[in-house]
Amino acid sequence: MERISVKIVEDKLNFEKCYNFVAQNSCGGIASFIGTVRNQTKNKAVSQLEFTGYKAMAIKEMKKICELAISKFDIEKIAVHHALGMLKVSEIPVIITVSSAHRNAAFDACKFTIDTLKETVPIWKKEYFEDGEVWVNAHP
Amino acid sequence: MNIEILFFGITADFVGKSKLEIKIPKNSTVADFKELIVTDYPNLKNINEFAIAVNEDYAEDSVKLNPNDVVAIIPPVSGG
Repeated sequence: MERISVKIVEDKLNFEKCYNFVAQNSCGGIASFIGTVRNQTKNKAVSQLEFTGYKAMAIKEMKKICELAISKFDIEKIAVHHALGMLKVSEIPVIITVSSAHRNAAFDACKFTIDTLKETVPIWKKEYFEDGEVWVNAHP
Repeated sequence: MNIEILFFGITADFVGKSKLEIKIPKNSTVADFKELIVTDYPNLKNINEFAIAVNEDYAEDSVKLNPNDVVAIIPPVSGG
């Protein structure tokens, strides 16, 4: 049984696919994290975000995180799907779903996965403002 | 020996391209490569630390490079 689903897509993410992948009769719950594009950063209005990635390596790194999550927490299945391209306010760049027999493991693994993804997966976002654009995290 | 360099995010903007092939001395390490690339593109000093990936895996400074390696410059990531 495949326990990990990792995807990078250039169009809309589908929550139902992530949910269906992890759903299991043996599970008592599913925890999910859905990242959404916020309309402002540091009180400056954001119009859209552009995500680019080193796709081959990003998929490898996302798989590593999922494997680590399975070894660290008592979970059944995990899905991590990330979108690339231009995303508007309220659209979804990332979905994580985790299933487990008991809820704590699913919550913990979900948080671990998004936190680690933000540190190691080679994906970059550029914020677009009315008066320009900025690569997030790039400058000291 | 020749290696391929990939640039992403802000570093691609600095360099004006996303891919480049260069010649480096035999037995170069990742640390040697970093020194060389910052000399060629001083703009890279203006960003937070960048990491290096060799053939799609993060590589420490001590890793030795081989001919035709694909070396990626990884500026601070911001996915999710």
